[in-house]
Amino acid sequence: MLSFISYLTSGLSLGSIYALIALGYTMVYGIAKMLNFAHGDIIMVGGYAAFIAMSTSWCPVWLALIISVTVCTVLGVVIEKVAYRPLRSAPPLAVLITAIGVSYLLQNIALLTQTATPKTFKSVAAGAPPFMIVYEGEPPLFFTRLSDSPYKNLTPALTVSMETFLSITVSIVIMVGLTLFINKTKAGKAMLACAEDRGAAQLMGINVNGTISLTFAIGSALAAVAAVLMCSAYPQLTPYTGSMPGIRAFVAAVFGGIGSIPGAMIGGILLGIIELLSKAYISSQISDAILFLVLIVVLIIRPTGIMGKKINEKV
Amino acid sequence: MRKQTKNNLITFSGTAVLCFLMAGLSTAGVLDNKTTGLLVPMGIYIILAISLNLTVGILGELSLGHAGFMCIGAYVSGAFSLIFQNTISPVWLRFALAVIFGGIMAAVFGVLIGIPVLRLRGDYLAIVTLGFGEIMKSIANNVYLTMDKNGLHFGFTVPPTNVDEATKQELLKGPIGMAAPQDTNVWIVAVVLLICLAVLMLFIDSRSGRACMAVRDNYIAAQSVGINVTKYRLMAFTLSAAIAGVAGGLYSHSLSLLAAKKFDYNLSILILVFVVLGGLGSLRGSIIATIILYALPELFLRGAGNLRMLLYAIVLVFMMLWTNAPFFIALREKIAASKPVMKLKSVFRRDKSDKSAGGAA
Repeated sequence: MLSFISYLTSGLSLGSIYALIALGYTMVYGIAKMLNFAHGDIIMVGGYAAFIAMSTSWCPVWLALIISVTVCTVLGVVIEKVAYRPLRSAPPLAVLITAIGVSYLLQNIALLTQTATPKTFKSVAAGAPPFMIVYEGEPPLFFTRLSDSPYKNLTPALTVSMETFLSITVSIVIMVGLTLFINKTKAGKAMLACAEDRGAAQLMGINVNGTISLTFAIGSALAAVAAVLMCSAYPQLTPYTGSMPGIRAFVAAVFGGIGSIPGAMIGGILLGIIELLSKAYISSQISDAILFLVLIVVLIIRPTGIMGKKINEKV
Repeated sequence: MRKQTKNNLITFSGTAVLCFLMAGLSTAGVLDNKTTGLLVPMGIYIILAISLNLTVGILGELSLGHAGFMCIGAYVSGAFSLIFQNTISPVWLRFALAVIFGGIMAAVFGVLIGIPVLRLRGDYLAIVTLGFGEIMKSIANNVYLTMDKNGLHFGFTVPPTNVDEATKQELLKGPIGMAAPQDTNVWIVAVVLLICLAVLMLFIDSRSGRACMAVRDNYIAAQSVGINVTKYRLMAFTLSAAIAGVAGGLYSHSLSLLAAKKFDYNLSILILVFVVLGGLGSLRGSIIATIILYALPELFLRGAGNLRMLLYAIVLVFMMLWTNAPFFIALREKIAASKPVMKLKSVFRRDKSDKSAGGAA
């Protein structure tokens, strides 16, 4: 039972990271109607930015996070402006290929400047005590180091690391903040309006280009936060670090119904849990296959995802 | 002669001449080893590109899992060859059967996947095909097949245990992959390429092919004139899968060791790039784009090392902007209307009377 809870918490933490990335995919899709394949590589850039900042002696963790978020935000906006905006009226496949090109570009720039050797990312919570330790038959201990615990000669039945706790908390805070931002502020409502009907939004006096830039900025900033959290939990950083989580988060976004913000959150968290549980109970080698199989089954039952709107085609 | 037939004949004969010229040159030893080594994979990529063009260009559905069908073809035909290596005696017969069998299995999977997947449309279909490709890759990555005197032993994620150690032969070795006999050569690839090209041309130019294009151009209109939309979509999807399977069969017989991780989504994307840059729906375009995009970087940018992929990425983005961005379209019109270009054009311009006489047939 305790091992199940332990897998569940790791799944939840991984899932909340996926949810942060999936939010970027889904927001961009909702507004710009494009699959931003380069999103996964923005995560990688965020990881490297934080890594380089933290490897200097003077830079504290919070500053590294800010640097990473700034770099990614600027990068996201620049990519949108240079590569995607000129193609606003182009066929979707041209935009898709451009996004793939941008993705290759980022990967190869990283490969040239940072080499393919994996970098070991220093966790943002390095040195902090685990969030929770549970010993068999005892009440849980919070924020206690293993060496300070009263039962230190026993093996703990369940340890929830600080990274896990941080990922879940940070993601929840961000998701609540984002939901409030979209539903309560003018800029957020402008985003909803653009997603609904770009032409009509423009006629209502909404700055469509500005809103799309804002969407890319928010999506990329979330990717940077996800990058720092993910690299803290899984400390290997290579130029290809972003591509697999990117695809999984993309799957999460589709799973929840692409374009839907609550859908991306639910999809991300479910996907993380499914991945961890299938790794734990079925086989770690085919966890990817199980993940995609679940996606296919969900899409066959609900062709627009869990929270997706069904749009009837008009003739 | 119809314009379409004429176009097809030009493409087909051009490809045939090119194929046999290259095959002849490499057999005669005119080309160096490096170039010869490129010909087989290039031919296979051309087969993949033209088959994907059927799904993306003619059927109008974005498929990101083409490598999955290739993977099925490669593994099935590779395993077939390994199993019957000593039982079916002429090598060419065993190889032909293996490739055909690989194509058939890929087609079977095409139908099985197509029935549920083709209910979806657009981006959802794209992501499901991507998922399918990844599933195939990870299954192939975990399959173990061992043969001993008692027959075949199959293992999933772990090697089979109850084998006779003395006579065992490991055919599929999980993540290590498989070592199918290397039967593929330039001539075989050339012949198969031409057969696939002919099949695709005949399909596209047939009633079914036109039905597919009608579905692509307007789904509802096609349905309302009585076209069985599902049937034709499934038909094109399956044919595309079968040809990808054949290409996979050739591929597995061209390498000394083939691991499943080769068939990841980057391969699907690579082929998609060939198709899109060559022009959707144009087989000739796919062939030319594959040759240019595959061969040129290998031949001329090899010295560039790591810069090669960087240049490739920049070219990709720039080409998309060049053809689609309003700024570049205006720039192109400006260049076309400028004086030196107009002068150049007038040199090549034919008289109108000349043209109408030529095209009267």
